Amino acid sequence: MSTITETTIEADPNVPIIRITREFAGTPEQLLRAHTDPKLFAQWIGPSSLQTRIEEWDARSGGSWRFVSTRDGEEHAFRGCFHEVRPDRIVQTFTYEGDPDGVALETLWFEDLGNGRTRLRTQSLVDSFESRDAWLKSGMEVGVNEGYAKLEEMLADGTV
Amino acid sequence: MAVDELSRIFAALADPTRRDMVTRLTAGDATVNQLAEPYQISLQAVYKHLRVLEGAGVVTRPPGPQPRPVRLEAEVFDLMDKWIERYRRQAEQRYRRLDAVLAHLNDTETSNDEQKGSAA
Repeated sequence: MSTITETTIEADPNVPIIRITREFAGTPEQLLRAHTDPKLFAQWIGPSSLQTRIEEWDARSGGSWRFVSTRDGEEHAFRGCFHEVRPDRIVQTFTYEGDPDGVALETLWFEDLGNGRTRLRTQSLVDSFESRDAWLKSGMEVGVNEGYAKLEEMLADGTV
Repeated sequence: MAVDELSRIFAALADPTRRDMVTRLTAGDATVNQLAEPYQISLQAVYKHLRVLEGAGVVTRPPGPQPRPVRLEAEVFDLMDKWIERYRRQAEQRYRRLDAVLAHLNDTETSNDEQKGSAA
């Protein structure tokens, strides 16, 4: 079992872009599936305090998606388009319906490292530094312990 | 820290000349003339850049005898780092859940292969 390399993040100083990189013990094909199969996607995208409900999911180039996150009866919906879906990348848009004019253009690359490992690189481009900073701020609203709890749960019930 | 404060910092650092000034100030305080030296721009333009950096709280010019040195406010970067670090940790938690999903996929697929293997 290889050790986990932690996520790295970069906020580009020249353009309103956030770049995130992480390596995974999985093939590019599996990574693609975890991003395009709605059942798999719903298992990891939201923190455990949120219920993720996939409302629409057509993971093909030109298809669209929409999911709703629920926490304490409060609903937040997100939607976008799968602009391009290929074995080594996904190009998609991402919008929070509470701010329908704000659109992030996201590119995800699945880089084959061999030995069943893949490097996932993501890039999110938004239309202003203000929007990007609001995104960065959104990271503060979710407790960091939730993810660990979810992982423990999956270990306990044999999902892992 | 308010969103607009952070936005001002990012905006202030969006300019290559200002970024270069900030990089040079990490080595220590400098006078405006020292800062202006390497650039092919007027002293007036240098002051304009400095006003943007000062407005964002990235640099200060502490009062004292002339020429007043320009000083980098390292604290500003600590705050920015904290924001980015929290966002990074959130992404890391999400990706640990993805690790779990992938581990499950690997297990399922390995056992499927074994079944196929024994059937053949």
